[in-house]
Amino acid sequence: MSKFKKKTKTKQEIPTSSMPDVVFMLLFFFMVTTKMRESSIEVQQRIPQATQLRKLAKKSLISYLYIGEPRKIEQFGKEPKIQANDVFIEPKDIIQWVNMEKSELDEVERDAITISLKVDSEAKRGIIADVETELRKANARKILYSSNAKVQDKK
Amino acid sequence: MARSTPDIPNASMADIAFLLLTFFLMTTTVPNDKGLLLFLPPPPEAVKEENVEIPEKNLFKIQINSFDNLLVENEIWNRSDRELTDKIKEFILNYGQNPQSSDNPEKAIVSFKTDRGTTHKKFIQILDAAEAAYNEIYAENAGIPVDKWREVSSEPNASPENRQLYDRGRKLKPDGKPEIPKNLSIAEPTKVGG
Repeated sequence: MSKFKKKTKTKQEIPTSSMPDVVFMLLFFFMVTTKMRESSIEVQQRIPQATQLRKLAKKSLISYLYIGEPRKIEQFGKEPKIQANDVFIEPKDIIQWVNMEKSELDEVERDAITISLKVDSEAKRGIIADVETELRKANARKILYSSNAKVQDKK
Repeated sequence: MARSTPDIPNASMADIAFLLLTFFLMTTTVPNDKGLLLFLPPPPEAVKEENVEIPEKNLFKIQINSFDNLLVENEIWNRSDRELTDKIKEFILNYGQNPQSSDNPEKAIVSFKTDRGTTHKKFIQILDAAEAAYNEIYAENAGIPVDKWREVSSEPNASPENRQLYDRGRKLKPDGKPEIPKNLSIAEPTKVGG
């Protein structure tokens, strides 16, 4: 009888003393990798899909321009607009904006600035071409049409 | 006499850390910096007005109107993007075999013309097809898969191996120019509309 009554001495709890350490490790990871979005995007962003994507190595060289129909149609109308940082700008302001972005970079890196164009799928080529012309004038000629990966159909 | 050791209660530390963790988890955005890389031509003023005559056969013309309809080499195009990619590849690597097509890859130019009313989606789709044609040719020359080629060409100067693969893919000639340059020309959009 006593054979079955024998109590096991092994503990059944998971040791929790190291939990704070684990959580802190995760916390530091996210704190280091997180990059706060400095501006809220006020235009539609249905990013088109493509297959031949390339990735940029130096994130610090990228500046973003958002182009699309404004989210608040009643306030800004239906025409696609260009958003830089936190404001809507006109194509003619782009040169100034590029120079401002360039001044934040090191002198040697200024010509390597890349403009990432986050353009809504339904935006028209007209406005994008205007932006491109201004970018050429501003000598920021490396551009990236932001797009998402398309699931490649095997042939 | 036993001294009482001063202690900070640390039972709630995990809770606090969890709270912070949740905050950072929720605010984190994974940056998406992928896309089609492109180099724009020099500013309009810097380009000298030159009338360079490019023979018709060395041009692969792709036109898109404001209804997103496609005209490839002056013919209406209803087929798949894959076929367009193949057609562009055939055009680039013609080497004068077909007298109607390009002389050599150096002279071959893929020309885009869109309308101001063309949607960005269509433009990206067709640009992607053209990029695919070039990337596939390069990858084949370098002897690596296309995915690998795209990585290499994103940063050719990252390492000597990358540089070597990059030069091999584009068939660098002794004079320092590639035998197969990526001649993508994107013309100013027309204003026809409608």
